[in-house]
Amino acid sequence: MHVTLHVWRQAGPGAPGTMETYDAPDISEEMSFLEMLDVVNERLNSQGREPIAFEHDCREGICGSCGMMINGQAHGPERGTATCQLHMRKFADGEHIYIEPWRAKAFPVLRDLVVDRSAFDKIVEAGGYITAPTGAAPDANLTLIPKDVADAAMDAAACIACGACVAACPNSAAQLFTSAKVNHLNLLPQGQSERYQRVLGMVDAMEEFFGSCTNHGECQEACPKEISIDFIAYMNRDYVRAQLKNRKLLSQD
Amino acid sequence: MATTMDRTGAEPVHPRPTRRAPWPVEFYRSGVGKKWVMAITGLLLMGFVFFHSIGNLKVYLGAEDFNHYGEFLREILVPILPRTIFLWLMRLGLIAAFAFHIHAAWSLTRMNQRANADGYQQSRDWQAATAASRSMRWTGVVVALFVVFHLFDLTWGTANPDYVRGDGYRNLVASFSRTPVAIFYLLANAALVIHLFHGAWSLFQSLGLNNPRWNAWRKHFAIAFAALIGVMNLSFPLAVMTGLVSADDNDACTKRGDVIERCTEYEEAHP
Ligand code: HEM
Ligand code: FES
Repeated sequence: MHVTLHVWRQAGPGAPGTMETYDAPDISEEMSFLEMLDVVNERLNSQGREPIAFEHDCREGICGSCGMMINGQAHGPERGTATCQLHMRKFADGEHIYIEPWRAKAFPVLRDLVVDRSAFDKIVEAGGYITAPTGAAPDANLTLIPKDVADAAMDAAACIACGACVAACPNSAAQLFTSAKVNHLNLLPQGQSERYQRVLGMVDAMEEFFGSCTNHGECQEACPKEISIDFIAYMNRDYVRAQLKNRKLLSQD
Repeated sequence: MATTMDRTGAEPVHPRPTRRAPWPVEFYRSGVGKKWVMAITGLLLMGFVFFHSIGNLKVYLGAEDFNHYGEFLREILVPILPRTIFLWLMRLGLIAAFAFHIHAAWSLTRMNQRANADGYQQSRDWQAATAASRSMRWTGVVVALFVVFHLFDLTWGTANPDYVRGDGYRNLVASFSRTPVAIFYLLANAALVIHLFHGAWSLFQSLGLNNPRWNAWRKHFAIAFAALIGVMNLSFPLAVMTGLVSADDNDACTKRGDVIERCTEYEEAHP
Protein backbone atom coordinates (compact mmCIF):
# COMPACT_ATOMS: atom_id res chain seq x y z
CA MET A 1 0.00 0.00 0.00
CA HIS A 2 0.95 3.61 -0.41
CA VAL A 3 0.37 6.17 2.36
CA THR A 4 1.35 9.76 2.99
CA LEU A 5 2.62 10.66 6.46
CA HIS A 6 2.37 14.05 8.11
CA VAL A 7 4.75 13.89 11.03
CA TRP A 8 5.66 16.35 13.77
CA ARG A 9 9.38 17.08 13.56
CA GLN A 10 11.10 18.91 16.39
CA ALA A 11 14.87 19.03 16.82
CA GLY A 12 14.95 19.16 20.59
CA PRO A 13 13.23 20.30 23.81
CA GLY A 14 11.80 23.78 23.41
CA ALA A 15 12.79 23.96 19.73
CA PRO A 16 10.09 25.02 17.29
CA GLY A 17 8.49 22.11 15.46
CA THR A 18 6.49 21.65 12.29
CA MET A 19 4.50 19.01 10.48
CA GLU A 20 6.58 17.48 7.69
CA THR A 21 5.14 15.38 4.87
CA TYR A 22 6.68 12.04 3.84
CA ASP A 23 5.68 9.87 0.94
CA ALA A 24 5.61 6.18 1.97
CA PRO A 25 5.12 3.82 -0.99
CA ASP A 26 5.45 0.02 -0.87
CA ILE A 27 4.17 -0.51 2.65
CA SER A 28 2.87 -3.97 3.51
CA GLU A 29 -0.51 -4.27 5.18
CA GLU A 30 1.03 -6.83 7.52
CA MET A 31 3.46 -4.30 8.99
CA SER A 32 2.84 -2.90 12.40
CA PHE A 33 2.69 0.88 12.59
CA LEU A 34 6.19 0.99 14.09
CA GLU A 35 7.56 -1.32 11.38
CA MET A 36 6.14 1.07 8.83
CA LEU A 37 8.00 3.90 10.58
CA ASP A 38 11.16 1.74 10.60
CA VAL A 39 10.92 1.38 6.83
CA VAL A 40 10.36 5.11 6.38
CA ASN A 41 13.34 5.79 8.67
CA GLU A 42 15.62 3.43 6.75
CA ARG A 43 14.74 5.24 3.55
CA LEU A 44 15.41 8.59 5.26
CA ASN A 45 18.72 7.25 6.57
CA SER A 46 19.82 6.07 3.15
CA GLN A 47 19.08 9.53 1.78
CA GLY A 48 21.23 10.99 4.57
CA ARG A 49 18.22 12.61 6.24
CA GLU A 50 17.45 12.58 9.95
CA PRO A 51 15.13 9.66 10.82
CA ILE A 52 11.93 10.23 12.78
CA ALA A 53 12.57 9.73 16.49
CA PHE A 54 9.98 7.66 18.36
CA GLU A 55 10.06 5.56 21.50
CA HIS A 56 9.56 1.79 21.51
CA ASP A 57 10.79 -1.26 23.32
CA CYS A 58 8.74 -4.45 23.67
CA ARG A 59 6.64 -4.00 20.53
CA GLU A 60 3.99 -6.25 22.05
CA GLY A 61 1.91 -3.80 24.04
CA ILE A 62 3.33 -4.42 27.49
CA CYS A 63 6.08 -1.88 28.13
CA GLY A 64 4.24 1.37 27.47
CA SER A 65 7.16 2.98 25.62
CA CYS A 66 5.44 3.59 22.32
CA GLY A 67 2.62 6.00 21.79
CA MET A 68 1.66 8.74 19.40
CA MET A 69 -1.41 10.64 18.33
CA ILE A 70 -2.48 9.08 15.02
CA ASN A 71 -5.27 10.67 12.99
CA GLY A 72 -6.74 12.37 16.04
CA GLN A 73 -6.72 9.29 18.25
CA ALA A 74 -4.15 8.26 20.83
CA HIS A 75 -2.51 5.01 19.62
CA GLY A 76 -4.55 5.28 16.42
CA PRO A 77 -7.91 3.97 15.32
CA GLU A 78 -7.87 0.48 16.84
CA ARG A 79 -9.39 -0.03 20.30
CA GLY A 80 -7.42 -1.64 23.11
CA THR A 81 -4.03 -1.66 21.40
CA ALA A 82 -0.81 0.28 21.76
CA THR A 83 0.78 1.85 18.67
CA CYS A 84 3.14 -1.12 18.35
CA GLN A 85 0.16 -3.48 18.00
CA LEU A 86 -1.60 -1.35 15.41
CA HIS A 87 -1.36 -2.74 11.90
CA MET A 88 -1.26 -0.98 8.57
CA ARG A 89 -4.28 -2.95 7.39
CA LYS A 90 -6.31 -0.61 9.59
CA PHE A 91 -5.53 2.15 7.10
CA ALA A 92 -6.72 2.62 3.55
CA ASP A 93 -4.44 2.65 0.55
CA GLY A 94 -3.65 6.24 -0.30
CA GLU A 95 -4.59 7.49 3.16
CA HIS A 96 -3.01 10.57 4.72
CA ILE A 97 -1.84 9.72 8.24
CA TYR A 98 -1.19 12.48 10.79
CA ILE A 99 1.30 11.61 13.52
CA GLU A 100 2.11 13.79 16.53
CA PRO A 101 3.63 13.33 19.96
CA TRP A 102 1.48 13.29 23.12
CA ARG A 103 0.74 16.88 24.01
CA ALA A 104 0.51 18.14 27.58
CA LYS A 105 2.54 20.63 29.59
CA ALA A 106 3.66 17.74 31.78
CA PHE A 107 4.96 15.82 28.74
CA PRO A 108 7.52 18.11 27.10
CA VAL A 109 8.61 16.99 23.65
CA LEU A 110 12.22 15.75 23.64
CA ARG A 111 12.45 15.17 19.92
CA ASP A 112 9.91 14.49 17.15
CA LEU A 113 7.49 11.96 18.66
CA VAL A 114 9.38 11.38 21.91
CA VAL A 115 8.05 13.01 25.07
CA ASP A 116 9.33 13.06 28.62
CA ARG A 117 6.81 11.23 30.82
CA SER A 118 8.74 11.50 34.07
CA ALA A 119 5.82 13.39 35.66
CA PHE A 120 4.23 9.94 35.92
CA ASP A 121 7.19 8.82 38.02
CA LYS A 122 6.50 11.67 40.46
CA ILE A 123 2.97 10.34 40.95
CA VAL A 124 4.14 6.78 41.55
CA GLU A 125 6.83 7.98 43.96
CA ALA A 126 4.11 9.67 46.00
CA GLY A 127 2.42 6.40 46.95
CA GLY A 128 2.56 3.71 44.30
CA TYR A 129 4.13 1.14 46.64
CA ILE A 130 3.30 -0.93 49.71
CA THR A 131 5.44 -1.12 52.77
CA ALA A 132 7.16 -4.45 52.32
CA PRO A 133 6.96 -6.75 55.32
CA THR A 134 10.38 -7.89 56.45
CA GLY A 135 11.11 -11.44 57.52
CA ALA A 136 10.31 -14.71 55.86
CA ALA A 137 7.93 -14.85 52.92
CA PRO A 138 4.34 -15.35 54.14
CA ASP A 139 2.51 -18.57 53.29
CA ALA A 140 0.67 -18.54 50.01
CA ASN A 141 -3.08 -17.92 50.32
CA LEU A 142 -2.68 -16.57 53.85
CA THR A 143 -4.61 -13.50 52.79
CA LEU A 144 -7.89 -14.40 51.16
CA ILE A 145 -8.96 -12.13 48.32
CA PRO A 146 -12.42 -12.40 46.73
CA LYS A 147 -12.28 -13.13 43.00
CA ASP A 148 -14.06 -9.88 42.06
CA VAL A 149 -11.51 -7.91 44.03
CA ALA A 150 -8.54 -9.74 42.55
CA ASP A 151 -9.94 -9.23 39.05
CA ALA A 152 -10.55 -5.52 39.59
CA ALA A 153 -7.08 -5.00 41.04
CA MET A 154 -5.60 -6.89 38.11
CA ASP A 155 -7.55 -4.74 35.63
CA ALA A 156 -6.08 -1.64 37.25
CA ALA A 157 -2.60 -3.17 37.34
CA ALA A 158 -2.76 -3.66 33.57
CA CYS A 159 -1.78 0.01 33.17
CA ILE A 160 1.47 0.29 31.20
CA ALA A 161 1.87 4.03 31.87
CA CYS A 162 2.03 4.89 28.18
CA GLY A 163 0.36 8.29 28.70
CA ALA A 164 -2.41 7.85 26.14
CA CYS A 165 -5.02 8.87 28.75
CA VAL A 166 -3.34 12.24 29.23
CA ALA A 167 -2.81 12.66 25.49
CA ALA A 168 -6.45 11.93 24.74
CA CYS A 169 -7.85 14.11 27.52
CA PRO A 170 -9.01 17.59 26.48
CA ASN A 171 -7.94 18.76 29.95
CA SER A 172 -4.56 16.98 29.96
CA ALA A 173 -5.70 15.21 33.11
CA ALA A 174 -3.96 12.08 34.36
CA GLN A 175 -6.90 10.69 36.31
CA LEU A 176 -7.02 7.33 34.55
CA PHE A 177 -3.32 6.63 35.06
CA THR A 178 -3.34 7.79 38.68
CA SER A 179 -6.55 5.97 39.55
CA ALA A 180 -5.16 2.75 38.07
CA LYS A 181 -1.97 3.10 40.10
CA VAL A 182 -3.93 3.99 43.26
CA ASN A 183 -6.46 1.22 42.90
CA HIS A 184 -4.34 -1.76 42.00
CA LEU A 185 -3.07 -1.38 45.56
CA ASN A 186 -6.04 0.21 47.32
CA LEU A 187 -8.41 -2.55 46.30
CA LEU A 188 -6.27 -5.31 47.81
CA PRO A 189 -5.92 -6.20 51.49
CA GLN A 190 -2.14 -5.73 51.20
CA GLY A 191 -2.68 -2.10 50.20
CA GLN A 192 -4.92 -1.12 53.10
CA SER A 193 -2.42 0.27 55.60
CA GLU A 194 -1.35 3.02 53.23
CA ARG A 195 -4.68 3.35 51.45
CA TYR A 196 -5.63 6.90 52.44
CA GLN A 197 -2.08 8.20 52.62
CA ARG A 198 -1.55 6.81 49.15
CA VAL A 199 -4.58 8.42 47.52
CA LEU A 200 -3.82 11.81 49.08
CA GLY A 201 -0.18 11.72 48.09
CA MET A 202 -0.75 10.51 44.56
CA VAL A 203 -3.63 12.87 43.80
CA ASP A 204 -1.65 15.82 45.16
CA ALA A 205 1.36 14.87 43.04
CA MET A 206 -0.87 14.40 39.99
CA GLU A 207 -2.43 17.81 40.38
CA GLU A 208 0.94 19.54 40.39
CA PHE A 209 1.40 18.49 36.76
CA PHE A 210 -1.93 17.68 35.18
CA GLY A 211 -5.41 19.04 34.62
CA SER A 212 -8.69 18.09 36.25
CA CYS A 213 -11.17 15.44 35.17
CA THR A 214 -14.47 16.50 33.59
CA ASN A 215 -15.64 12.97 32.81
CA HIS A 216 -15.46 13.16 29.04
CA GLY A 217 -14.39 9.50 28.98
CA GLU A 218 -11.81 9.95 26.18
CA CYS A 219 -9.08 8.30 28.30
CA GLN A 220 -10.98 5.04 28.59
CA GLU A 221 -11.39 4.88 24.81
CA ALA A 222 -7.72 5.63 24.20
CA CYS A 223 -6.32 3.23 26.80
CA PRO A 224 -4.51 0.29 25.15
CA LYS A 225 -5.38 -1.77 28.24
CA GLU A 226 -9.04 -0.65 28.21
CA ILE A 227 -8.88 0.48 31.82
CA SER A 228 -12.28 1.69 33.00
CA ILE A 229 -13.12 5.16 34.31
CA ASP A 230 -14.79 3.30 37.18
CA PHE A 231 -11.37 3.50 38.81
CA ILE A 232 -11.54 7.30 38.64
CA ALA A 233 -14.75 7.20 40.67
CA TYR A 234 -13.15 4.84 43.21
CA MET A 235 -10.18 7.19 43.51
CA ASN A 236 -12.46 10.21 44.02
CA ARG A 237 -14.33 8.30 46.69
CA ASP A 238 -11.15 7.34 48.51
CA TYR A 239 -9.82 10.89 48.26
CA VAL A 240 -12.90 12.35 49.95
CA ARG A 241 -12.81 9.65 52.61
CA ALA A 242 -9.12 10.28 53.21
CA GLN A 243 -9.93 13.90 53.96
CA LEU A 244 -12.46 12.87 56.60
CA LYS A 245 -10.95 9.77 58.23
CA ASN A 246 -9.70 9.82 61.77
CA ARG A 247 -6.37 8.12 61.10
CA LYS A 248 -6.32 6.63 64.60
CA LEU A 249 -9.38 4.55 63.74
CA LEU A 250 -8.02 3.26 60.44
CA SER A 251 -7.98 -0.37 61.48
CA GLN A 252 -11.68 -0.22 62.40
CA ASP A 253 -14.32 0.17 59.78
CA MET B 1 24.84 9.72 15.27
CA ALA B 2 24.13 10.47 18.88
CA THR B 3 20.83 9.03 19.98
CA THR B 4 20.87 9.93 23.66
CA MET B 5 18.46 12.52 25.00
CA ASP B 6 18.39 14.43 28.25
CA ARG B 7 15.34 14.05 30.42
CA THR B 8 15.02 17.00 32.68
CA GLY B 9 11.39 16.40 33.58
CA ALA B 10 8.52 18.83 33.40
CA GLU B 11 8.12 21.66 35.87
CA PRO B 12 4.92 21.49 37.94
CA VAL B 13 2.27 23.70 36.37
CA HIS B 14 0.41 24.02 39.67
CA PRO B 15 3.06 24.05 42.41
CA ARG B 16 1.53 23.26 45.79
CA PRO B 17 1.63 25.90 48.49
CA THR B 18 4.22 24.78 51.03
CA ARG B 19 2.01 25.58 54.03
CA ARG B 20 -0.84 23.22 54.65
CA ALA B 21 -4.22 24.81 55.24
CA PRO B 22 -7.00 23.70 57.63
CA TRP B 23 -8.73 20.66 56.17
CA PRO B 24 -11.80 22.10 54.46
CA VAL B 25 -9.53 24.58 52.67
CA GLU B 26 -6.99 21.89 51.86
CA PHE B 27 -9.80 19.78 50.39
CA TYR B 28 -11.17 22.62 48.28
CA ARG B 29 -7.66 23.45 47.07
CA SER B 30 -7.45 20.13 45.26
CA GLY B 31 -9.08 19.61 41.90
CA VAL B 32 -10.76 16.42 43.11
CA GLY B 33 -12.20 18.37 46.07
CA LYS B 34 -13.42 21.15 43.79
CA LYS B 35 -15.13 18.63 41.54
CA TRP B 36 -16.82 17.15 44.62
CA VAL B 37 -18.04 20.62 45.56
CA MET B 38 -19.21 21.20 41.98
CA ALA B 39 -21.16 17.97 42.06
CA ILE B 40 -22.80 18.75 45.43
CA THR B 41 -23.66 22.32 44.44
CA GLY B 42 -24.77 21.02 41.04
CA LEU B 43 -27.13 18.64 42.83
CA LEU B 44 -28.50 21.49 44.96
CA LEU B 45 -29.06 23.60 41.86
CA MET B 46 -30.72 20.64 40.17
CA GLY B 47 -33.05 20.30 43.17
CA PHE B 48 -33.87 23.98 42.93
CA VAL B 49 -34.49 23.88 39.18
CA PHE B 50 -36.67 20.79 39.61
CA PHE B 51 -38.97 22.25 42.27
CA HIS B 52 -38.98 25.67 40.63
CA SER B 53 -40.23 24.11 37.39
CA ILE B 54 -42.79 21.89 39.12
CA GLY B 55 -44.12 24.93 40.98
CA ASN B 56 -44.29 26.95 37.80
CA LEU B 57 -46.54 24.32 36.23
CA LYS B 58 -49.27 26.01 38.28
CA VAL B 59 -49.34 28.63 35.58
CA TYR B 60 -51.52 26.15 33.69
CA LEU B 61 -54.08 26.20 36.50
CA GLY B 62 -54.59 29.95 36.18
CA ALA B 63 -53.58 33.13 37.90
CA GLU B 64 -55.12 32.42 41.25
CA ASP B 65 -53.39 29.09 41.72
CA PHE B 66 -50.10 30.44 40.45
CA ASN B 67 -50.05 33.49 42.66
CA HIS B 68 -51.29 31.45 45.59
CA TYR B 69 -48.28 29.21 45.10
CA GLY B 70 -46.01 32.27 45.11
CA GLU B 71 -47.58 33.35 48.36
CA PHE B 72 -47.15 29.85 49.81
CA LEU B 73 -43.37 30.09 49.25
CA ARG B 74 -43.25 33.14 51.50
CA GLU B 75 -45.32 31.38 54.16
CA ILE B 76 -43.35 28.14 54.50
CA LEU B 77 -42.67 27.29 58.16
CA VAL B 78 -44.50 30.42 59.16
CA PRO B 79 -45.47 29.90 62.74
CA ILE B 80 -41.96 28.63 63.42
CA LEU B 81 -40.19 31.36 61.47
CA PRO B 82 -41.46 34.82 60.53
CA ARG B 83 -42.88 35.24 57.04
CA THR B 84 -40.37 35.00 54.11
CA ILE B 85 -37.52 33.90 56.42
CA PHE B 86 -37.50 30.35 55.10
CA LEU B 87 -37.58 31.67 51.55
CA TRP B 88 -34.60 33.84 52.35
CA LEU B 89 -32.69 30.92 53.85
CA MET B 90 -33.30 29.00 50.63
CA ARG B 91 -32.15 31.98 48.62
CA LEU B 92 -28.95 32.30 50.64
CA GLY B 93 -28.29 28.59 50.14
CA LEU B 94 -28.81 28.99 46.42
CA ILE B 95 -26.53 31.99 46.22
CA ALA B 96 -23.83 30.05 48.06
CA ALA B 97 -24.30 27.04 45.77
CA PHE B 98 -24.03 29.24 42.68
CA ALA B 99 -20.98 31.00 44.05
CA PHE B 100 -19.11 27.77 44.79
CA HIS B 101 -20.20 26.11 41.54
CA ILE B 102 -19.01 29.04 39.46
CA HIS B 103 -15.81 29.58 41.42
CA ALA B 104 -14.89 25.90 41.12
CA ALA B 105 -15.76 25.92 37.40
CA TRP B 106 -13.58 28.95 36.82
CA SER B 107 -10.64 27.70 38.81
CA LEU B 108 -10.71 24.18 37.33
CA THR B 109 -10.89 25.70 33.87
CA ARG B 110 -7.74 27.70 34.63
CA MET B 111 -6.09 24.56 36.00
CA ASN B 112 -6.87 22.69 32.77
CA GLN B 113 -5.63 25.52 30.61
CA ARG B 114 -2.31 25.60 32.45
CA ALA B 115 -1.92 21.83 32.05
CA ASN B 116 -2.71 21.93 28.34
CA ALA B 117 0.10 22.26 25.84
CA ASP B 118 -0.44 24.15 22.61
CA GLY B 119 -2.70 21.52 21.17
CA TYR B 120 -2.65 19.13 18.26
CA GLN B 121 -2.15 20.21 14.66
CA GLN B 122 -4.54 17.51 13.46
CA SER B 123 -8.19 17.62 14.39
CA ARG B 124 -9.19 15.26 17.17
CA ASP B 125 -11.40 12.30 16.42
CA TRP B 126 -13.52 12.29 19.60
CA GLN B 127 -14.59 8.86 20.77
CA ALA B 128 -16.52 9.61 23.95
CA ALA B 129 -16.60 13.35 24.52
CA THR B 130 -19.94 14.87 23.52
CA ALA B 131 -20.91 18.34 22.43
CA ALA B 132 -22.46 18.64 25.89
CA SER B 133 -19.36 17.59 27.80
CA ARG B 134 -17.15 19.84 25.71
CA SER B 135 -19.32 22.92 26.13
CA MET B 136 -20.03 22.82 29.89
CA ARG B 137 -18.28 26.16 30.45
CA TRP B 138 -20.28 27.87 27.77
CA THR B 139 -23.67 26.40 28.60
CA GLY B 140 -22.89 27.26 32.23
CA VAL B 141 -22.09 30.88 31.37
CA VAL B 142 -25.30 31.19 29.34
CA VAL B 143 -27.28 29.83 32.28
CA ALA B 144 -25.55 32.25 34.68
CA LEU B 145 -26.31 35.26 32.45
CA PHE B 146 -29.87 34.06 32.12
CA VAL B 147 -30.29 33.75 35.90
CA VAL B 148 -29.16 37.36 36.33
CA PHE B 149 -31.60 38.58 33.70
CA HIS B 150 -34.35 36.40 35.14
CA LEU B 151 -33.94 38.07 38.55
CA PHE B 152 -34.10 41.56 37.04
CA ASP B 153 -37.09 40.51 34.99
CA LEU B 154 -39.33 38.53 37.33
CA THR B 155 -37.98 39.04 40.85
CA TRP B 156 -37.11 42.73 40.98
CA GLY B 157 -39.03 43.73 37.88
CA THR B 158 -36.44 46.26 36.75
CA ALA B 159 -36.22 44.61 33.34
CA ASN B 160 -39.97 44.24 33.00
CA PRO B 161 -41.94 47.46 32.28
CA ASP B 162 -45.28 45.82 33.14
CA TYR B 163 -44.07 44.47 36.46
CA VAL B 164 -46.51 44.34 39.38
CA ARG B 165 -45.03 43.16 42.64
CA GLY B 166 -46.81 40.07 43.91
CA ASP B 167 -48.65 39.20 40.70
CA GLY B 168 -46.24 36.61 39.38
CA TYR B 169 -48.73 35.33 36.84
CA ARG B 170 -49.21 38.65 35.13
CA ASN B 171 -45.48 39.38 35.22
CA LEU B 172 -44.73 36.09 33.56
CA VAL B 173 -47.25 36.69 30.80
CA ALA B 174 -46.05 40.26 30.32
CA SER B 175 -42.44 39.08 30.15
CA PHE B 176 -42.97 36.35 27.55
CA SER B 177 -45.21 38.57 25.46
CA ARG B 178 -41.94 40.25 24.41
CA THR B 179 -40.65 37.90 21.70
CA PRO B 180 -36.90 38.55 22.23
CA VAL B 181 -37.29 37.72 25.93
CA ALA B 182 -39.17 34.54 25.14
CA ILE B 183 -36.49 33.51 22.66
CA PHE B 184 -33.69 34.22 25.13
CA TYR B 185 -35.58 32.14 27.70
CA LEU B 186 -35.86 29.26 25.24
CA LEU B 187 -32.17 29.40 24.32
CA ALA B 188 -31.01 29.64 27.92
CA ASN B 189 -33.11 26.67 28.93
CA ALA B 190 -31.80 24.70 25.97
CA ALA B 191 -28.33 25.48 27.33
CA LEU B 192 -29.43 24.28 30.77
CA VAL B 193 -30.73 21.03 29.30
CA ILE B 194 -27.41 20.44 27.54
CA HIS B 195 -25.52 21.30 30.74
CA LEU B 196 -27.62 18.80 32.68
CA PHE B 197 -27.30 16.11 30.01
CA HIS B 198 -23.61 15.86 30.91
CA GLY B 199 -23.65 17.27 34.46
CA ALA B 200 -26.35 15.03 35.89
CA TRP B 201 -24.28 12.01 34.83
CA SER B 202 -20.85 13.46 35.56
CA LEU B 203 -21.73 14.23 39.17
CA PHE B 204 -21.91 10.53 40.03
CA GLN B 205 -18.31 10.02 38.94
CA SER B 206 -17.16 13.15 40.77
CA LEU B 207 -18.79 11.96 43.98
CA GLY B 208 -17.38 8.47 43.55
CA LEU B 209 -20.84 6.95 43.17
CA ASN B 210 -20.08 3.94 41.02
CA ASN B 211 -21.48 0.44 41.19
CA PRO B 212 -21.67 -1.97 38.25
CA ARG B 213 -25.21 -2.89 39.35
CA TRP B 214 -26.61 0.52 38.54
CA ASN B 215 -23.92 2.31 36.54
CA ALA B 216 -25.97 2.19 33.35
CA TRP B 217 -28.78 4.04 35.14
CA ARG B 218 -26.63 7.08 35.76
CA LYS B 219 -26.81 8.10 32.12
CA HIS B 220 -30.50 7.18 31.89
CA PHE B 221 -31.13 9.38 34.91
CA ALA B 222 -29.26 12.31 33.36
CA ILE B 223 -31.17 12.03 30.10
CA ALA B 224 -34.51 11.72 31.86
CA PHE B 225 -33.79 14.60 34.23
CA ALA B 226 -32.55 16.91 31.47
CA ALA B 227 -35.54 16.02 29.29
CA LEU B 228 -38.04 16.58 32.11
CA ILE B 229 -36.59 20.00 32.93
CA GLY B 230 -36.52 20.81 29.22
CA VAL B 231 -40.16 19.91 28.63
CA MET B 232 -41.34 21.90 31.64
CA ASN B 233 -39.20 25.00 31.14
CA LEU B 234 -39.50 25.28 27.40
CA SER B 235 -43.29 24.96 27.67
CA PHE B 236 -43.76 28.24 29.59
CA PRO B 237 -42.67 30.75 26.95
CA LEU B 238 -44.20 28.59 24.22
CA ALA B 239 -47.52 28.58 26.09
CA VAL B 240 -47.53 32.36 26.29
CA MET B 241 -46.38 32.80 22.69
CA THR B 242 -49.14 30.50 21.42
CA GLY B 243 -51.75 32.15 23.64
CA LEU B 244 -52.36 29.01 25.68
CA VAL B 245 -51.56 31.06 28.76
CA SER B 246 -52.60 34.69 28.62
CA ALA B 247 -53.41 37.57 30.93
CA ASP B 248 -57.11 37.12 30.09
CA ASP B 249 -57.02 34.08 32.34
CA ASN B 250 -56.43 36.38 35.29
CA ASP B 251 -60.01 37.28 36.18
CA ALA B 252 -58.81 39.59 38.90
CA CYS B 253 -57.15 41.87 36.35
CA THR B 254 -58.78 44.54 34.23
CA LYS B 255 -57.41 44.71 30.74
CA ARG B 256 -57.75 47.46 28.20
CA GLY B 257 -56.53 46.30 24.83
CA ASP B 258 -53.18 44.62 25.44
CA VAL B 259 -52.48 46.62 28.57
CA ILE B 260 -53.29 45.24 31.99
CA GLU B 261 -54.53 48.10 34.14
CA ARG B 262 -55.36 46.69 37.52
CA CYS B 263 -55.45 43.44 39.42
CA THR B 264 -58.19 43.72 42.02
CA GLU B 265 -57.16 40.52 43.76
CA TYR B 266 -53.68 41.78 44.25
CA GLU B 267 -54.76 45.23 45.30
CA GLU B 268 -57.22 43.87 47.86
CA ALA B 269 -54.51 41.72 49.36
CA HIS B 270 -52.05 44.63 49.56
CA PRO B 271 -54.02 47.79 50.16
C1 HEM C 1 -29.12 26.00 37.51
C2 HEM C 1 -27.90 26.03 37.23
C3 HEM C 1 -26.90 24.89 37.17
C4 HEM C 1 -27.07 23.56 37.40
C5 HEM C 1 -28.33 22.83 37.80
C6 HEM C 1 -25.78 22.93 37.20
C7 HEM C 1 -25.51 21.58 37.35
C8 HEM C 1 -24.28 21.01 37.18
C9 HEM C 1 -23.95 19.66 37.49
C10 HEM C 1 -24.89 18.64 38.09
C11 HEM C 1 -22.64 19.47 37.17
C12 HEM C 1 -21.83 18.19 37.30
C13 HEM C 1 -20.90 18.29 38.46
C14 HEM C 1 -19.77 17.34 38.47
O1 HEM C 1 -19.71 16.33 37.79
O2 HEM C 1 -18.85 17.62 39.20
C15 HEM C 1 -22.14 20.69 36.64
C16 HEM C 1 -20.85 20.87 36.19
C17 HEM C 1 -20.38 22.06 35.69
N1 HEM C 1 -21.04 23.26 35.70
FE1 HEM C 1 -22.94 23.56 36.24
N2 HEM C 1 -24.86 23.88 36.83
C18 HEM C 1 -25.51 25.09 36.81
C19 HEM C 1 -24.98 26.30 36.52
C20 HEM C 1 -23.68 26.50 36.11
C21 HEM C 1 -23.10 27.78 35.87
C22 HEM C 1 -23.81 29.09 36.09
C23 HEM C 1 -21.82 27.54 35.42
C24 HEM C 1 -20.72 28.48 34.98
C25 HEM C 1 -20.68 29.71 34.99
C26 HEM C 1 -21.61 26.13 35.39
C27 HEM C 1 -20.46 25.52 34.96
C28 HEM C 1 -20.20 24.19 35.11
C29 HEM C 1 -18.99 23.55 34.71
C30 HEM C 1 -17.79 24.20 34.01
C31 HEM C 1 -19.10 22.22 35.08
C32 HEM C 1 -18.02 21.18 34.95
C33 HEM C 1 -18.29 20.30 33.85
C34 HEM C 1 -17.59 19.03 34.02
O3 HEM C 1 -16.83 18.86 34.94
O4 HEM C 1 -17.82 18.18 33.18
N3 HEM C 1 -22.76 25.52 35.83
N4 HEM C 1 -23.15 21.63 36.67
S1 FES D 1 6.58 -0.79 22.39
FE1 FES D 1 6.06 -1.64 24.32
S2 FES D 1 3.98 -1.10 24.44
FE2 FES D 1 4.40 -0.51 22.43
